Amino acid sequence: MEEFTDIFLMLLLVAGALSVLYVRNLFVATMLLGAVSFIMALIFVTLDAVDVAFTEAAVGAGISTVLYLGTLALVGSHEKASARKSVVPLLLSLVVGGALIYATLDDKMPVVGAADTPAQTSKVADRYINKSGDEIGVPNIVTSVLASYRGFDTFGEVVVIFTAGIGVLLILSQMRLRKEEKEDVSDIPTSETPAEKPDQQGSPHDLVPHVVSKLLIPFIMLFAFYVQFHGDFGPGGGFQAGVILAAGFILYSLVFGLHFTQQILSKRVVEYLLVAGVLLYGGVGIVSMINGGTFLDYNVLSADPVAGQHLGILLVELGVGITVTAAMLAIFYGFAGRADGRGEDVNPE
Amino acid sequence: MFFDHFNYWVFVILLMIGLYTVISRSNLVKKMIGLSMFQIAVFLFYITIGKVEGGTAPILLDKPDVVYSNPLPHVLILTAIVVGVATTALGLSLIARIKETFGTIDEEEILEQEDKS
Repeated sequence: MEEFTDIFLMLLLVAGALSVLYVRNLFVATMLLGAVSFIMALIFVTLDAVDVAFTEAAVGAGISTVLYLGTLALVGSHEKASARKSVVPLLLSLVVGGALIYATLDDKMPVVGAADTPAQTSKVADRYINKSGDEIGVPNIVTSVLASYRGFDTFGEVVVIFTAGIGVLLILSQMRLRKEEKEDVSDIPTSETPAEKPDQQGSPHDLVPHVVSKLLIPFIMLFAFYVQFHGDFGPGGGFQAGVILAAGFILYSLVFGLHFTQQILSKRVVEYLLVAGVLLYGGVGIVSMINGGTFLDYNVLSADPVAGQHLGILLVELGVGITVTAAMLAIFYGFAGRADGRGEDVNPE
Repeated sequence: MFFDHFNYWVFVILLMIGLYTVISRSNLVKKMIGLSMFQIAVFLFYITIGKVEGGTAPILLDKPDVVYSNPLPHVLILTAIVVGVATTALGLSLIARIKETFGTIDEEEILEQEDKS
C-alpha cells in the first residue's frame, strides 16, 4: 500500500512537471507548479520529513504561487513559441540525466531507506538522534538541530532572506523611468490575468471570498502562532510560522485590497521588523558571548544548560519568524505596490 | 529490485525537466519556473537520502527502540526552501524591471533589441 501511494504520487509529480513544461499560458504553468509543490509536500510526509513537508506546502504551494501571479500581473501571461529550434537543450538534459541514472545503477547508490548508508551512520546523525534529548531537551530533533547545533548556519540563512527582502524592495520601489511604456504595458495584463483584479478594491462579486477569508484569517494567524511556539514539540518553527503568518496578511490584501493591509502593517513597520528579527537572532549570539560562551552557545544563557537551550531556541525561532514574515510581506508589497501604481485606470479610487 | 532506486530516478527525471525548461524556453518567467522545478528535484533527493526504512519522523518519542529518519537533510532542505523562495522573488522582481525597460520578457527579443542599439 505504501509503495502504491509512493508510485502514484511520483507519477503525478512527473506528469505535473511535464505539463508545466509544455503549457504555453504562464498563468496555468504557475498553478500547475503550485500543484507539483503540494504533491512534493505529500511525498515528503511519506518520507518522514514532516517539517519539510510543512514548509513546502506553505512556501511552494502558497507564497511562491502568489509571487509568480504578482509577476504575471506585471509582465503578462502569454509565452511566445520560440523561433529558434534547437536539439542541444534536449541533448544536454538527456546527457545529464543519463549520467545521473548511470550513477544509481549496479548498487553504486545505496538502496532507498537502507539504514547502513554513510548518511545514516555518520557521527553527526548519531549525535543528533541519540544525544539531543539530553543536551537540548527539545523533542523535535529538527528544531534542536536547526536552532542550536546548526544555529550559525541558520543565522546565515536568515541573513540571506533578509538580503533578498531588501533587494526586492530596492529593485521594485525605484521610480519608473520610461513613462511611455506605461500604456501598452497596462492593457496586456488586465485583459489576460484575473490575478491582478484582487489587488484592487474587490468587486461586489467577491462576496464569497470576502466572507470566507474573514472567517479564515483569524484562524490562519492563530495557527501561525501555534506553529511558532509549538515548534519545539511538534513539526513547526520560525520558518513555517513566518510564512503562514505572512500568508494570512497576503490573503487579506488579495481579497480586501492592499492599502487596508498597509494601514495595519505599513511598509515602514515591515522594514523595521525585517531588521528586528535579524538583530534579535544576532543579539542572542552576542548575549551568549557576553555571558562567557561562544557565539550562539545557549548553554550560558541560564544557570541550567537545558533551560538556557530552551530560552535560546525560543528567542532565535522568534527572530527567524519575525524576519521571514517581514521578508515575505516586503516582497509581496513590492510586487503588489508595483501593480497598483500602474493600474490607476482600473482602480475605482 | 525495481523500486530500490525509484525515488532517485524520479529525482533525475524532474531534474531533467527543470534543466530542459531553463535551457530551451526563452521566456524569463518560464525559466524561473524551470529553476523552481530543478530546486524541488534536489529537495526530493536530499529527503530521500534521510529516509530510513521503517523509521518515523525525527520527533523524540518516549518509547524504546524507535528508528528515526535522519534529521540533518530535513534541516538543510527546510531552510533551503525558504531561502529558495526569497531568491526566486529576487529573480522575479528583476524580470518585472526587465519588462519595464525592454517591453518584453522574451530572451530572444531582448537580445535583438540589444543588437540593434
